[in-house]
Amino acid sequence: MKWPVQLKLGAFITVFFIAIIALSFFWTPHDVTILNIPEKLQPSSSKYLLGSDHLGRDILSMLMVGGRTSIAVALIAVSIGVIIGVPLGLLAAATRGSLIDEITMRSNDLIFAFPSLVIAILITAVYGPSASNAIIAIGIFNIPVFARVSRGAALSLWTLDYVLAARTFGKKSMRISIEHILPNIINLLIVQGTIQFSLGILAEAGLSYIGLGVQPPTPSWGRMLADAQTFIYSSPRLAFLPGMAIVMMVLGLNLMGDGLRDLLDPRIRRGR
Amino acid sequence: MIRFATFRLLSLTLSLIAASIVVFAVIEIIPGDTASYMLGLNATPEAVEALRNQLGLSGSIPERYIAWAGGLLTGDFGQSYTYRVPVSELILDRIWISIPLTLYALILSTVIAFPVGLISAARRGKLSDYSIMGATQLGIAIPNFWFAMLLVLIFAVNLHWFSAGGFPGWAGGFWPATKALTLPAIALALPQASILARVMRSSLLETLTQDYIRSARAKGLTRGQALRRHALRNAMIPVLTIIGMQFSFLLAGAIIIENVFFIPGLGKLIFQGITQRDLIVVESTVMLLVFAVILVTFIVDVAYAAVDPRLRTRK
Repeated sequence: MKWPVQLKLGAFITVFFIAIIALSFFWTPHDVTILNIPEKLQPSSSKYLLGSDHLGRDILSMLMVGGRTSIAVALIAVSIGVIIGVPLGLLAAATRGSLIDEITMRSNDLIFAFPSLVIAILITAVYGPSASNAIIAIGIFNIPVFARVSRGAALSLWTLDYVLAARTFGKKSMRISIEHILPNIINLLIVQGTIQFSLGILAEAGLSYIGLGVQPPTPSWGRMLADAQTFIYSSPRLAFLPGMAIVMMVLGLNLMGDGLRDLLDPRIRRGR
Repeated sequence: MIRFATFRLLSLTLSLIAASIVVFAVIEIIPGDTASYMLGLNATPEAVEALRNQLGLSGSIPERYIAWAGGLLTGDFGQSYTYRVPVSELILDRIWISIPLTLYALILSTVIAFPVGLISAARRGKLSDYSIMGATQLGIAIPNFWFAMLLVLIFAVNLHWFSAGGFPGWAGGFWPATKALTLPAIALALPQASILARVMRSSLLETLTQDYIRSARAKGLTRGQALRRHALRNAMIPVLTIIGMQFSFLLAGAIIIENVFFIPGLGKLIFQGITQRDLIVVESTVMLLVFAVILVTFIVDVAYAAVDPRLRTRK
């Protein structure tokens, strides 16, 4: 099957970023834990490819290591959403119209009233800021997203003949959900996962930027932007680069999500 | 219609009660004693005891919940521990910054998105459509607080058109205050406008495949005429949903943006509350935000049903 253009472009950007970030586990141009104040705020040079920050750390190395934080937070948050949300959605679809369905979906509506930032604020007010609290906050917000998507898709599958056939064989709802429904909604879940992953990166950046996420000295793109704000008059480059990293990563993932949707769901190709 | 509205009103009330229990519970489950948490390690036992009484922490959990929730209903949001004034006063001072900022951004987002989405749908598959869709992809990917920093850099630092932050207050006149909110509102609106433009476009394109559009075209209308006269109104339903949802994103986004521009709104208040461990302020302000989100969802739902009778029977 031919890959849509945006899928190729998005996959290229995403793989490129992930490869560079993965490289940071083995090698970075400079050590980000060592401060070198005499060489602070250097412009880009052969020694500091993208310049150095206000503490003399290499910006390229900071971006590479900071990317790990963004990806880790977003990835775990998506996993929380999938692991809790999908079974809830499948359960709600299997028991459609019942009390369980109603309770599941109404609690999802309730979570929707709390934007992930507000959840983060509540958690932080109680436990103090940390990366894990950011993960929990973004993860909680992902649960109703995946629950809705899987319930909606599963509901339409439950009316199909092969599900009916499975039921006449005496298969239980749970087995049908796992064996027949889940494999058929996995495409949708992959697309939604890509979108939530990019939203997670944006959310992590925002939370870390306002100090509710990753704490120093762990580098993160959002924290780099927070640090850069003090120097926005003297060294705008400090604010520019981490922002560009976020934009490119999110753009890559979004393009990939759109492309995957076009590729995996031929029905909507016509409408777009 | 009345039955539908009553039903929705009931579910609105239930949502609010459930949300308030969640907020209350999160603050309640603080490990250890709330009063000693708020006062920190060096507090004397007398001070902790005094604060416990002041916070009304002496009663049982249901009693405290009822006292707090009842207070919210009557406008008594409790007493701020650090400011030593009622929280309602603090909120009232700031809500007239945060709400106008949110609405300003919502208006900007809508005003930008409508024509852009319309042009894109009308010129589907042409170069202008591709450029617009590319630009909106970029708009969605840009974090609003970073965009805010870029706006400051361009329009405040380099061009000196706007001040880099702060808020002169409404007392100083409408225009200076609106001007101070302009960059923050643009920063907030851009990603939402991009999303809205895309929804607008795909909703219009979806509507254009309907039979009644084919009939309209068959009777001799051009594509543009059919779009304006028949598709536009019908394509509005998903667009309105998104606008309703955007209100909550904008309100939450304003919390961050206020911090970029040093605007003394609800966002600033929440952060001061967190850093100073003033939990009453956090609890009540968060509840207010959640209340606003739930209320707007309710209004959008009822507004739909008023516009489109088909939606009344859904439940």
